Amino acid sequence: MKLFRMFGRYVRDAFKSVSRNLSLSIASISCISITLIVVGIALVLSFNVDNFAKIIKRDVTIVVFLNQETTEDEFNHTIKAKIEKLQNVEKPIVLKSKEESKKEMMAESDVFKATMETWPEEDNPLRDSYLIKVKDIEQIKDTVQKIKTIDKVEVVDYGEGMVEQLIEAFKLVEKITIIIVAILIVVTVFLIINTIKLTIFSRKREISIMRLVGASNISIKIPFIIEGMLIGALGSIIPIVVVIYGYSALYEKFGGQLFSALIKLISPEPFIYIVASAVLVIGILVGMLGSGRAVRKYLKV
Amino acid sequence: MDLINIKHVNKVYKNGVTAIYDLSLKIKKGDFVFVIGGSGSGKSTLIKMLYREERPTSGEIILGGLNVAKLRNSKVYKLRRKLGIVFQDYRLLPKLTVYENVAFALEAIGARKEEIKKKTIKAIDLVGLKSKLRTYPTELSGGEQQRVAIARAIVNNPKLLICDEPTGNLDPDMSREIVSVLDTINKEVGTTIIMATHDREIVNEMKKHVIALKDGRLVKDFEKGTYDNEVI
Repeated sequence: MKLFRMFGRYVRDAFKSVSRNLSLSIASISCISITLIVVGIALVLSFNVDNFAKIIKRDVTIVVFLNQETTEDEFNHTIKAKIEKLQNVEKPIVLKSKEESKKEMMAESDVFKATMETWPEEDNPLRDSYLIKVKDIEQIKDTVQKIKTIDKVEVVDYGEGMVEQLIEAFKLVEKITIIIVAILIVVTVFLIINTIKLTIFSRKREISIMRLVGASNISIKIPFIIEGMLIGALGSIIPIVVVIYGYSALYEKFGGQLFSALIKLISPEPFIYIVASAVLVIGILVGMLGSGRAVRKYLKV
Repeated sequence: MDLINIKHVNKVYKNGVTAIYDLSLKIKKGDFVFVIGGSGSGKSTLIKMLYREERPTSGEIILGGLNVAKLRNSKVYKLRRKLGIVFQDYRLLPKLTVYENVAFALEAIGARKEEIKKKTIKAIDLVGLKSKLRTYPTELSGGEQQRVAIARAIVNNPKLLICDEPTGNLDPDMSREIVSVLDTINKEVGTTIIMATHDREIVNEMKKHVIALKDGRLVKDFEKGTYDNEVI
């Protein structure tokens, strides 16, 4: 009962002191807002880069051509089973028989059609093939090597060289964005600790009086921590609005892609809400941490 | 019964200055004690050790069953809830009204709302400021501000009221007023009062228990003492 009563009082005190120390609160809130906007933008960027990397990786396909001696049964069962047994291979793999390839090519152009129509049914120079996706793109080379050793496999193609370069590039971009976001969050924490310290410094007297009249350290700390959380939450309002409306507008404007159809943006829903809640959580946590640390100094009188 | 029992207390500050030399004394429940002495006599140090702003370097201070010298920082509130403290500079919160300033002491320890209201009004009434409940401290005279501070100090019915030069900033009339308020509290509520002062006239008029300190040593402990120029 007492705890409940005290908690209500803490929350009330937090609101009261935000409004009573309005100018300082606004200073802290706007400081948090600005840094959180940057954090929000960085989050949007890093998620998008990550997403783009995933899409590209998903598109990487290994094409396996079998030699002419392959029978239909081997193509449909034996060799297929052998490939699917490999750890890194995404099941099921796509089968493309030479007949299918022929039809496909014939549909593609009239020149092909004219030539291919002259081919007799049993003498198709095309090869049976598999289209394979891998689970972990970083091990693609290894997987390709294993496929090559399978009997009757003639050619394995996956854009060697290009894929490796792409993987390296994405790894780098990912690392950089993670570092940037981490640095930004650390900077935000310090900024917030400092502005809250400023707020609390002006209330040194209040804290010392609380100590003198017999308030326990925890009961002094909690209102400040709640106040920090409140300031953090208030400070994240503008960043959230910026993220939600800014990203939606950007997505509309570019039609969901950047520069070319290759770079797809993440569709705004539910993405913006995830980023918004991340920003809110960061704001609240950072506000809580900041004021908790800042008030500790004054609890020694 | 002794409320305060001080045994062989020494206090050496970090800079090497010794403020108190081997001090032992007892203060009874319901007593009204003046602690007198000039600047550097150690009276402020003694007062600060009583509410554990300073810790003795050696010796024991037992206050209402608590060993003040050994009290951990996080447990200081247990001591502070047993006593009220009044300072020379009032230490009121300027943004709170008289009522809120006094109620603050009860809110800080988590009292119930009805209890806060009842006790706060009673304490303000006791210091004679019932007509100024909604006034802010800056709109009050020094004497009135000090009375608010006294109301805040006694609102929690402490056993002991510690006053560190409460009349230091006030003119003689206002000082007399403050001391008479303290005397009323002492007589009507039975609160033990310790008051550090160098106000000669007040000490001489009141004829109370006087403890005189000089250069950190106890030089006089009289039941009905006066401010003795020769000793100080």
